[in-house]
Amino acid sequence: MTAPAIEARDLSVTFPPQRERGPAHAVDGVNLTVGVGEIVALIGESGCGKSTLARALVGLVRPTTGEVRYRGTTLGYSSKALKRFRRYTQLVLQDPAGALNPRQNVFDAVAEGPRLHGLRAGLAERVETALLQAGLRPPEQFVARYPHELSGGQQQRVVIAGALALEPSLIVADEPVASLDASVRGEILRLVLDLRTSLGLSALVVSHDLGLAWNVADRVAVMYLGRIVEQGTVENVLLRPRHPYTQALISVLPGTEVEPVLLRGEPPDPTAIPAGCRFHPRCPRFAALDPPDERRELCTGRAVPILPADEAGVACHLIEESHASTHLS
Amino acid sequence: MGLLTVRDLHVTYPPDVHAVRGVSLTLDAGRTLGLAGESGSGKSTVALSLLRLLPSSAQVTGEIMLDGEDVLAMSWGRLRTVRWADASIVFQGAMSALNPVRTIGEQIREPILLHEKVGARAARERTASLLDSVGVPARRASAYPHELSGGQRQRVMIAMALACRPNLIIADEPTTALDVIVQAQILHLVTDLVRDAKISMIVISHDLSVLADTCDRLAVMYAGRIVEIGASQPMMAQPRHPYTKALSSAFPTIGDPASRRAPSGLPGDPPDPRAIGPGCPFEPRCPEAFDECRVRDVELWPAGPGQAACLRVLPDYARIPRLRRANLAQSGGDA
Amino acid sequence: MSLVASPRTAGSRQAAAQFLRMPTAIAGLAILVIFTGAALTAPLYIHPSDLDVTQATGGQLAPPSRHYPLGTDQPGRSVLLLLIWGARASLAIGVIATLLAMVLGSAIGLVAGHYQRWLGRGLMHVTDWFIALPSLPLAISLAAVLGQGATSITIAIAITSWTATARLVRAQTLAVEARPFIDRARALGAGNMQIMVRHVLPNVAPLILVSSTLTVAGAILAETTLTFLGLGNPTEVSWGTMINRAYTGSAVSRGAWWYLLPPGIAIVLVVLGFTMTGRAVERILSPRARL
Repeated sequence: MTAPAIEARDLSVTFPPQRERGPAHAVDGVNLTVGVGEIVALIGESGCGKSTLARALVGLVRPTTGEVRYRGTTLGYSSKALKRFRRYTQLVLQDPAGALNPRQNVFDAVAEGPRLHGLRAGLAERVETALLQAGLRPPEQFVARYPHELSGGQQQRVVIAGALALEPSLIVADEPVASLDASVRGEILRLVLDLRTSLGLSALVVSHDLGLAWNVADRVAVMYLGRIVEQGTVENVLLRPRHPYTQALISVLPGTEVEPVLLRGEPPDPTAIPAGCRFHPRCPRFAALDPPDERRELCTGRAVPILPADEAGVACHLIEESHASTHLS
Repeated sequence: MGLLTVRDLHVTYPPDVHAVRGVSLTLDAGRTLGLAGESGSGKSTVALSLLRLLPSSAQVTGEIMLDGEDVLAMSWGRLRTVRWADASIVFQGAMSALNPVRTIGEQIREPILLHEKVGARAARERTASLLDSVGVPARRASAYPHELSGGQRQRVMIAMALACRPNLIIADEPTTALDVIVQAQILHLVTDLVRDAKISMIVISHDLSVLADTCDRLAVMYAGRIVEIGASQPMMAQPRHPYTKALSSAFPTIGDPASRRAPSGLPGDPPDPRAIGPGCPFEPRCPEAFDECRVRDVELWPAGPGQAACLRVLPDYARIPRLRRANLAQSGGDA
Repeated sequence: MSLVASPRTAGSRQAAAQFLRMPTAIAGLAILVIFTGAALTAPLYIHPSDLDVTQATGGQLAPPSRHYPLGTDQPGRSVLLLLIWGARASLAIGVIATLLAMVLGSAIGLVAGHYQRWLGRGLMHVTDWFIALPSLPLAISLAAVLGQGATSITIAIAITSWTATARLVRAQTLAVEARPFIDRARALGAGNMQIMVRHVLPNVAPLILVSSTLTVAGAILAETTLTFLGLGNPTEVSWGTMINRAYTGSAVSRGAWWYLLPPGIAIVLVVLGFTMTGRAVERILSPRARL
């Protein structure tokens, strides 16, 4: 068995307390792997820690505990080790307009990575190749342009080209299409799939959008309040969701036939994680239990074990109850 | 008789940005209309022009009849009353649309006190019941906007819109910045409130599937014009305009094998509103275009139960084989 | 390969063309070119004897005439020649002091904004301390230590005027660092130095430029003030010493406007020239304004 492209092991990121609030446990014990050539979708709502996890995986945030491993090597945080790691994995951000320096033209934006890594020989060819791979053709038409002269989709392609110019093995994309128009969305997602086919690129795509997982991913991990609550193949998780949170997410998608499960309350707060199962205050399955039921104490009193990385799993005390439901056809 | 009738609306931002190029639509009392389109399609300009909220430099022509009155010809005083009492608007950025230094209770009360002859106590009671109806505890009336979560702020915006019991609500991307779960809560809330109070509503969004779930009818805009309009369900089931097809498949249905590992999108970008020539403006991106699309102007023709602005809905053109666009399908660049 | 070179040259040519389309830019640049040109070429047509009090040929405080277009001063020297020679000292002190202040202020602001922990906080405390430092007593004490003259004045102006730039640059650095392209650069492998120099500095540069035009203006005025107060080298001719002499030589009471006004007007023009040019360059450097 080959080592996975990237791996998070018992990873936690805690941000120091601010003002009257306690420390924020943005990522609170996560195991996650992306295999070589695999596309994994990390799904969650804002504030669930998915972006922090993504940034930890590309080495922008240093984990409080746990480690990031790539191709079986533990990521070090010396500047030399990080620099070596940068050629291996690249980040694509949500807002392409903001991710490009307004004072750099397309050529300089794409050439930036190679220049930083001293890859000056054949720089122009390298940039041209990256632009072609990202679907900006003909490249001569784009190199001299500035970000504000491009459409949103083209800007995102420039960001992707900038990542590809370093010939990475893995791309971590944080909401790559959230700020793009609907008709452009599919083109960018198709590019991610094409890059896997043509370059063998692995990808972790972070999003709030389950449809995106259906469009591109092989496996999906659903995150809630710093933990992964359910993971598995896209077909299993999205068509036969077992965790009540995943079920709720799927039920509220427009166009679904099932009765929407409207969760009570607001998105949770990483500075005040509930005891026991962290989802229980909003959990419809917990709410359905009558008070004398002893399983209530399980939910309120005992923490749910952290899911292992590779296997499909569900982090819920009540999971044995709900046999694989026939949620969607 | 329609509550709102828009006839041949044109909006131009000087010198040469033709943002809306002839939009006509009607909305009956108690009905809901979804206006879909991408950024730059002119959908927000249409929404803002309904209450004359566009910047003064914009040149607006056409006719907007709201409850039998011409909005474009109204006096300012009358317009102010109409903006609160007859029609109100819910903006997308709830944080920036709320005044940060006043409590939400004060902000909901303000239009009530201003436009209705009620005392302070009655206004306070109405505020409490409004907050209650949108699912925010009434005691939160003394909270400031920054003390609320994004979803609660959007609820407050809806309460404000309902404050003077309007006949029409215009919601501009009401849930865009919200999470899926909160988005579902808000849409559910809005749909219920509107149905119960028999309020008409126009919802503007880039997400066609959200609109189809909330609205009776849909209008899809492209390059400043409506390209397809009709009842929601039939349109989603069988879109006639190629652009509607693209939009409706942009957000896939989970479980649909056709979209598994096959995201669908359109090559290219919307046209520059400064330079829209003759012919169909969608032609450069259209996967089904043929030669005549470049020269013949399109208008809304009957198509199925609705109307669509595409030559293919005309009987003469329906059978013309598709133009192959292999080169376009691969390129992300525009011409 | 032609991919690399062409965009930049095209860009600068385009910027130059745009600069030349702005009337204020041309006016500002023209003022600066005339003044610096006159100052730089002065040794070619002004002989030291023209400025020597003992060799003056004109009458005392004579009004403008054909031979002395701006009249003469008390010892009988040509005010026009004094004005041109004075530009050398005033411009040199103003520009050098500004350059020092800009380099110092930008470096401190950039570092303080980038390293937001103890280093940044420490630097901002130092900055606050310098803001509280009054320029006049500082210049007087510097003059006492280093001796009267251009050097002490330049240093005094630089030391008291870098703080505003530092604060401005720090604030802008914080804003720029919060933007996603900084994250992107970091993920591409950029280190602190590269982020500061390649990403933050270019985005802060227009601000520094605008700030420097204002600082030059202030520095020239400060030079005038300090030399007017007698802290400059009394044997050297500058606009400040001219106004000083006009004042002490009672040019006002004797109605000798031609002695007092020209240095004042020259200062105003140069300050205006710097400001107008700076504004124009700012507009061109901002890519969004280019549309």
